[in-house]
Amino acid sequence: MEKTLKVLIVDDEVDLSGTLVERLDLRGFDAVAVQTGKQALHQIQHNEFDVVVLDIKLKGEDGVDVMKQIKQIKENLPVILLTGHVSKEANEEGLKAGAIDYIIKPIDLEDLIVKLHEAVAAYL
Amino acid sequence: MNWFARQVKKIIFIDAPYTAEGKPSRYNRMWHKTVLAVCAVSIIPLVSITAVNYFLYRRSLQTELIQPIQSIASLTKYSLESFLEERIAAAKYASSRERSEDLFDQEKLARILSRMRQSFGGIVDIGVIDSDGIMKAYAGPYDLAGKDYRDQDWFGKMLVRDVYVSDIFLGHRQLPHFVIAVKRDNEQGQSMIFRATIDTEGLVQQIQIAGHIQQSDAFLLNREGILQTTSRLFGEAFQKFPGRLPPYAEGSQLIEDLEIQEEAYVMGYSFISGSPFLFVIIANREDVLSGWQTYKTEMLAFLAISTIAILIIIMGITSTWVERIKQADLRREATLHNVEHTNRMASIGRLAAGVAHEINNPLAIINEKAGLIKDLLNMPGGNPPDKEKLRKQTDSIIQTVTRCSEITHRLLGFARHMDIKIEPVVIDSLIRDVLGFLEKEADYRDIHVTMHVSDTLPTVRSDRGQLQQLFLNLINNAFDAMKKGGNLEISVSDKDPNHVVVKIKDDGIGISQENIEHIFEPFFTTKKSKGTGLGLSISYGIVKKLRGTIYVDSELGQGSTFTVTIPVERPA
Repeated sequence: MEKTLKVLIVDDEVDLSGTLVERLDLRGFDAVAVQTGKQALHQIQHNEFDVVVLDIKLKGEDGVDVMKQIKQIKENLPVILLTGHVSKEANEEGLKAGAIDYIIKPIDLEDLIVKLHEAVAAYL
Repeated sequence: MNWFARQVKKIIFIDAPYTAEGKPSRYNRMWHKTVLAVCAVSIIPLVSITAVNYFLYRRSLQTELIQPIQSIASLTKYSLESFLEERIAAAKYASSRERSEDLFDQEKLARILSRMRQSFGGIVDIGVIDSDGIMKAYAGPYDLAGKDYRDQDWFGKMLVRDVYVSDIFLGHRQLPHFVIAVKRDNEQGQSMIFRATIDTEGLVQQIQIAGHIQQSDAFLLNREGILQTTSRLFGEAFQKFPGRLPPYAEGSQLIEDLEIQEEAYVMGYSFISGSPFLFVIIANREDVLSGWQTYKTEMLAFLAISTIAILIIIMGITSTWVERIKQADLRREATLHNVEHTNRMASIGRLAAGVAHEINNPLAIINEKAGLIKDLLNMPGGNPPDKEKLRKQTDSIIQTVTRCSEITHRLLGFARHMDIKIEPVVIDSLIRDVLGFLEKEADYRDIHVTMHVSDTLPTVRSDRGQLQQLFLNLINNAFDAMKKGGNLEISVSDKDPNHVVVKIKDDGIGISQENIEHIFEPFFTTKKSKGTGLGLSISYGIVKKLRGTIYVDSELGQGSTFTVTIPVERPA
């Protein structure tokens, strides 16, 4: 049996992250949602996650900054950036800063699941 | 006619002469002011020079034209006086040369008459009158011997005088004469009078010579104002002279402007001493001054023609230039319009980026909710999904759709027109709308926006679109100047009942003193590739268009405050 992947979702939109958690759970993931960078770091410090899905624009915070802090705690934790930007340049910047991949809102769930698996596989 | 009308239109600047409010247009005012100013500097000197010339020439020409009349009066006075003196001297000589009894001798008297006639023309007769007034002896064509002169006026005068010259009168032959009488004493000490009658031909000749000059009329008057000789203008001899008798004076005199029977005359006169005569030379003022009149007409015509020529040239040139300025202004306005459009597009572009992000989030939520519903419906096992749960998801979708439509409505509310359109505007709610666009950006950048609004704020009548653009530019600039966690304070107050003051204060990087002088200049930017350098210059243009004011107060590292004053009623 496949290992249940633990996913941390960081997004300030509760409606979005909550629903995403529910849908991922239905598909056999163990997803947790938080709204702020601080909550995310707290979760990472106290729990084990296989992958993080992080919104690039958090309220009052820069997602890329949060990602850098995550990397400081757990260098090998893959981070997928969640972005509203359609422009490739902005998203490429996130990749340069250490993200393994990015996904553009609105999210195609199947696409996300593929990316989640790929991300985890990349760090095995 | 069409050509003519076009030329006139070119010269007299006619182009939308009045604004919609019924006031003269800016270009018409410009035209009027320029024409007036240029006319003042060109026509005033011309008129002044002409006026000075007019008066100087009038004085010198009048002197030149009128003075001869006085000279003639003077010359004639001397010739008439010498004419009379000669005859008086002859009479005196003739009477004193002979013994008194010889004078009473008819034959001797006839010889004296004959001698006198040889020497002087015009002597008609001579007679000797004793102290009782009886003509004792007479030589001449009439039978006057024995005539009694005792009661005659002149005889009375002779009692106290030595010489007498009479008025001119018509003698027996109906010819004009005058009398010269001289007094002598006989050997017994009794007075006797030697009397000579002289016809006026000699006098009249001299007067006629004078009257030929300057189209004038010359004549003699007596002291009662009776014409002694015929006047060309005022009638036959012995009629009353219609004018006022001039006052006595020693030498010759000149009256430059004398009105007789509603005509203006120039009159020279001189009292002929030792006689009752007054020599008058008179000329119609208009005739005398005809030379001046011609000159005056020519001068005034010259003035009028040059003034008209100057006016046409000034008006023509001014019209051309005002038209050029107007065209240049129109081109400038068109360019400015384009620049404004660019700025507007740029800020809409910036808004669009924000809006896209804002819409993406709710879309993502809708997507997830819809996905979840689908998941629930497709759940393996065939159990119908929990109805309550499905309702919750659909409610959430509807709410999120509402959120999206608010965003799109706000974007649509951003006025697209760029021409001035005056309508009632509540400034604070307009600023809140603008802030609405930037809410997310403020959220993400942790910028705290506070707004203070005065309770007594009036609604202004201004242009909504322009004001939106203005505040969007200023607030965008403030955002750009601030780092994460910055503070933006906006205060809206009424400075006085006629003005609303908006202060936009950031605690960003501030503007250096060096740059502060240039910030409202077009294409000046410190944002390098990020800015067009048009935002503040356009904001400045908008404020001017809305008849308001804008100024900045800034300190490097401390932040900037932009203060905008908008009139409650936009004056025309």
